[in-house]
Amino acid sequence: MKRFIPFIVFAVLATFFYVGLSRNPREVPSPFIGKPAPAFAQPQLFEPAKTFSPKDMQGQVWLFNVWASWCVSCRDEHPYLVELAKAKRLPIVGLNYKDKPEEAKAWLAQLGNPYSLAVVDPEGRVGIDYGVYGVPETYLIDRAGVIRYKQTGPVTPQVWQEKFEPLLKELGV
Amino acid sequence: MIPELGHFALIVALLLALTQGILPIVGAHRGNAAFMAVARPAAQAQFAFVALAFGCLAYAFLTNDFSVENVARNSFSQLPEIYRFTATWGSHEGSLLLWALILGVWTTAVTVFSKHLPDDMAARVIGVMGLISSGFLAFLLATSNPFLRLVPAAAEGNDMNPLLQDPGMVVHPPMLYMGYVGFSVAFAFAIAALLSGKLDAAWARWSRPWTTVAWTFLTVGIALGSWWAYYELGWGGWWFWDPTENASFMPWLAGTALIHSLAVTEKRGAFKSWTVLLAIAAFSLSLLGTFLVRSGVLSSVHAFATDPARGVFILGFLGVVIGGSLLLYAWRAPRLMAGGPFTWFSRESLLLANNVLLIAAMGSVLLGTLYPLFIDALNMGKISVGPPYFNAVFVPLITPALFLVGIGPLARWKQASLPALAQRLKWAFVVALATAALLPLTLKGFSFTASLGLFLVLWIVFTVAIGFADRVQHGEGGLGARLKALPRAFWGMQLAHFGLAVAVCGATVVSHFQADRDVRMNIGDYVELAGYRFTFQGATPVPGPNYQAMRGRVEVSRGGQKQFVLEPEKRSYNASGMPMTEAAIHYNLLRDVYVSLGEPLANGAWSVRVYYKPFVDWLWLGGLFLALGGVLAASDRRYRIALKKAAPPAPATAAGGAKA
Repeated sequence: MKRFIPFIVFAVLATFFYVGLSRNPREVPSPFIGKPAPAFAQPQLFEPAKTFSPKDMQGQVWLFNVWASWCVSCRDEHPYLVELAKAKRLPIVGLNYKDKPEEAKAWLAQLGNPYSLAVVDPEGRVGIDYGVYGVPETYLIDRAGVIRYKQTGPVTPQVWQEKFEPLLKELGV
Repeated sequence: MIPELGHFALIVALLLALTQGILPIVGAHRGNAAFMAVARPAAQAQFAFVALAFGCLAYAFLTNDFSVENVARNSFSQLPEIYRFTATWGSHEGSLLLWALILGVWTTAVTVFSKHLPDDMAARVIGVMGLISSGFLAFLLATSNPFLRLVPAAAEGNDMNPLLQDPGMVVHPPMLYMGYVGFSVAFAFAIAALLSGKLDAAWARWSRPWTTVAWTFLTVGIALGSWWAYYELGWGGWWFWDPTENASFMPWLAGTALIHSLAVTEKRGAFKSWTVLLAIAAFSLSLLGTFLVRSGVLSSVHAFATDPARGVFILGFLGVVIGGSLLLYAWRAPRLMAGGPFTWFSRESLLLANNVLLIAAMGSVLLGTLYPLFIDALNMGKISVGPPYFNAVFVPLITPALFLVGIGPLARWKQASLPALAQRLKWAFVVALATAALLPLTLKGFSFTASLGLFLVLWIVFTVAIGFADRVQHGEGGLGARLKALPRAFWGMQLAHFGLAVAVCGATVVSHFQADRDVRMNIGDYVELAGYRFTFQGATPVPGPNYQAMRGRVEVSRGGQKQFVLEPEKRSYNASGMPMTEAAIHYNLLRDVYVSLGEPLANGAWSVRVYYKPFVDWLWLGGLFLALGGVLAASDRRYRIALKKAAPPAPATAAGGAKA
């Protein structure tokens, strides 16, 4: 039996690894979940004379998506956002983060515009208030203006099914 | 077109690797010479195709081909050319391709330098390496294809992580991988021996030089990584017990134990089970390191993109390679016969004790590295294990091992006399102990750990000297001629042990006598530390190729005499906006003076960190001696003779070379 000890030790380790794989060590629960979405008033991308503020969305469940034209992962995420926008279940507001307006507009013209409205945050100040640490990030905000979920990294069909759908059901959307 | 060529080359390489992995092993089992003969050409062709794929990827990086996703994510058009090249292995995909390339280098080396091996042994060794390569190439193609296109192409890249934009990136990863992957040769020899059932002294003799060379590369890789972290991270630290550092340190500890265990197996035929297990362990830990870093199960400053599909694939591969080889071991273990007998006090028993301590130390590092994972998997929360744990557990385990370094080489095989040895070593012991106890008193007051460290340093140095004295007592010619006549294996061992003492000395002194200050400095302000006066003369903007820097100017004087000027930088990279600290260091064997810029404050003032680091360079100097020791040992005469003979060497040569 002694000769099987190395194998048994390894088998136990491997089991732990398998369990560990389904967890994300970086997934730290966001302190913003359950809190009201921080207020701001920023110019809109297509109509810089007008501003947008989260208050404007009161009474609606909406997605707040942080993106930039320089961000490669946003490119991965984009087609799915366009698809979501076509389904018209809920409005998507885009926060164009640390970007140049011309490049952002060209990007949307080329890849399609899923946003019912886009706001600019050239210096990333709104990003600081929302605790953005990687682009893209997506917030689900409810009718009372409370952040219900935050996705760091691209929204994929799988993420949508597992994370967003149950909450949307709860919110009756 | 070029990226598609690279993709195609990878597919061909995988097919060749499968051929190399299957036919020769089947051939060796059935005694089919034609199948066995496939091993060498298949391995060499596989290497050629992996090299072609690597060249294609490097070309895509050098030409800024942002239609390749990997290039768009990890490079940038303004990046200096050398970093565009090193970006080839800066990403997850590229680093795995480098892994496969280096495995090809080692396999090809085996095909060239294995002419003296029996055909079936060579076929099995090359076959096992082919199977490992198949796993990696399949992993690359299935989950981490470095040649994927981005449609439409990106106009500009995302930039390379600024931490990696450093000359260290040119040599550190290739060196480290040469070490990691090099252990695959010892592993392949062990598996081949288990498959054939012939576990004898010859197997240990063949494995030894390969293991030593791989260990040497790993030593250099770890030392370079430590030095890089020291000057690049801007905190003056040289070892952080970060999961990725641990991932390279664990195979090093297991490899060190393997080198010693192989010596016993070769000379005395003992410890066969141990040696086989250590050969499996050293390479398994290398693979485990790859898994830990690449799968994202542990968070680490080094971790890049993570993807669960990749993790599952690597874990499955790990299961097949490690689990399979341990089952093979369990099946063959009854055939592993005990070697020559030895008493409780002999070189064998001392080496065994040393191995147990090294493996226990490795286990403590493994436990600390994986503990957060265990806790998370058991739903007990998220924690991290830091340096206090590692220092508290590792130091007590490695201390007796370092003490044994002084005794082992002087003890005889089979049966040594404890009273006789104690008589020979008593002065070394007393002088080392007295000096270590008194020296710190004259400097900064008594500290147990400082004295312990110094004692071990002096003890190893004295016993190394005694070892030389013993060997040159008799013989012909003058002292120089006698030293020259000593085998390189002996020189290598002693030099490596001496290097260990040098590194321990550096670690002890810098840990106890370093000093630092973190201060706000206006232009013209000064701060004093360890007898040096640092005067801040302001910071000016300096443009870089792909970043904007603020370069500070700090004049360092001592006793009113201007000594030198240090120019630390704070950089902001254009593409990512990431800030980076470039420390300025004045190197000296006795001490480093280290300045780094913190944050800009109002009116041209900065927060500035200054460090005084006595003996810190001894850490890496020690690493250099360790590596030189490895080179000498691996180039011992008896291996060179074995290489020259095309035929299998007579068993008698096993006793050649070192006397003891």
